[in-house]
Amino acid sequence: MTDPEIPSAYVRDKRPPRETREQLRARIPGWGADLDPADRPSHPRLHYAPGTTGAHWDFPERQPERQPRERSIEHAFVTPVFGTAQPLRGVSGAIRRLAYRRFSEGRLAHWLLLIVGDRVDAWSSHLRSFATLHPDNPVTETGVRAEFTHGGLRSRRGRSDARHHVLDPVIVAGPWVAGAAVTYTGVRRLVRALRH
Amino acid sequence: MRAMVYRGPYKVRVEEKDVPAVEHPNDAIVRVTLAAICGSDLHLYHGLMPDTRVGHTFGHEFIGVVEQVGSSVQNLQVGDRVMVPFNISCGSCWFCARELYSNCHNVNPNATAVGGIYGYSHTTGGYDGGQAQYVRVPFADVGPVRIPDWMHDEDAVLLTDAAATGYFGAQLGEIAEGDTVVVLGAGPVGLIAAQSSWLMGAGRVIVVDHLQERLEKARTMAHAETLDYDEHDDVVVELKRQTDFLGADVVIEAAGAEADGNLLQQVTGTKLKLQGGSPVALNWAIDGARKGGTVSVVGAYGPIPNAVKFGDALNKGLTLRMNQTPVKRQWPRMFEHVRNGHLTPRAMVTHRFPLEHIAEAYHVFSAKLDGCIKPLVLPDAA
Repeated sequence: MTDPEIPSAYVRDKRPPRETREQLRARIPGWGADLDPADRPSHPRLHYAPGTTGAHWDFPERQPERQPRERSIEHAFVTPVFGTAQPLRGVSGAIRRLAYRRFSEGRLAHWLLLIVGDRVDAWSSHLRSFATLHPDNPVTETGVRAEFTHGGLRSRRGRSDARHHVLDPVIVAGPWVAGAAVTYTGVRRLVRALRH
Repeated sequence: MRAMVYRGPYKVRVEEKDVPAVEHPNDAIVRVTLAAICGSDLHLYHGLMPDTRVGHTFGHEFIGVVEQVGSSVQNLQVGDRVMVPFNISCGSCWFCARELYSNCHNVNPNATAVGGIYGYSHTTGGYDGGQAQYVRVPFADVGPVRIPDWMHDEDAVLLTDAAATGYFGAQLGEIAEGDTVVVLGAGPVGLIAAQSSWLMGAGRVIVVDHLQERLEKARTMAHAETLDYDEHDDVVVELKRQTDFLGADVVIEAAGAEADGNLLQQVTGTKLKLQGGSPVALNWAIDGARKGGTVSVVGAYGPIPNAVKFGDALNKGLTLRMNQTPVKRQWPRMFEHVRNGHLTPRAMVTHRFPLEHIAEAYHVFSAKLDGCIKPLVLPDAA
């Protein structure tokens, strides 16, 4: 045995375990029950067992496509089964449709367009809600009342993720300032162009 | 019916929606009796997952009673109490035939890189989820299983994702007897991953987090050593010190795309959204594993790229293993472990919210108020 003062990483020998099998079995319920990899459900990774899945078809019957369904261009076709919740609509729908039609999943533009579609969807839905009997309510929909019923202050005391940083004002105000600057610059250029 | 509805980042409410209909001969309609909010639902709630549409109902952890079945359903009957894996899978594609149920190619037209998931945006197929009174369950002959009489409902609902994912994460680590296993994140997935690591013969299990109630749960429920990263200037150095400067044989990354612990990653990822979340835990996993070790990733990440230290993984000769959990494949063995008391999913449940209080439920879970580790949702509670 090499010098025990030298950490394991620097020597050949494996150090003896802290606890024996018997000690671990006595302390931990079920210790070693899946020691044999054969007892682990996901071993081996690929396990060809088509007769056990519950499927009684070679290829599933196709779900009716009641309106054109967007799909990844990496798919050969619309999959035989798909979700029908929240079909594409409006400006956000047009952005999302472009993302699906033009860019594969391998292109960052695909995902960024979908994120833009999400923000347009959120803002337009928010504005539309004010024309309904059920407008968005930032108090009830953010659940912020739980701050008072579930110990908002108490729960955050001493937590590193609850501390504010010098960068926080930049993060919060930065996008608004940048947007205002871009708008101001654009408007000024437009005005100058019109004057000349 | 009443259903949770997404209204934009950090905003949800309960609305009246149509009861879902059978749209395919192998569909079932399930009346939800118990649902849960998963940590990965928070990525949707925070606006990190592309193509999350206003009006979407979240929820991929739920159990319920079969209310209606399509004409080709053979294995379920109206009135059956069922638990439904979070994966939607056809059972017959190349991947399902090899029991990779989470990678099904026949259920998600929106993407090929991810399978179908209930209530998890259109990127995973555009299916409304189970934080509602009713839900459409495609391929009823493949996914759902009758809940055994002996099983507690709260165990059953957690087996549909969080518990199965923890167990799967330990398997991905290919743990050998005596291994030192580090689990990053003491949320529901991490706690079960820690319990499962012992089943596979771990010699030491160290759970890393910074929330005291979660670390306490890791000690009492999972019998693990704990490490509070707030107490150390550099958690990777501390992990090296605690493992005799080798690093861990296996690191299970159970935190996912919104991990705390690094300001730069937090700012660029979760706040400015310049990358697909904050891969702090993933980088700690790569740095904390020993050379030639294994990193198992079961924390959820989306499709947008992250700043990951891939060069270190290469230079250390690490094995990186990851996937969404093929839930149904885990169940027979997990049922034995739950029945024997080796795995105790319902010990993680801290909060139970009526569906009508869904906005408070999301806020409490997201802000980690009141010691919240795992919140359940009761669709029919007053």
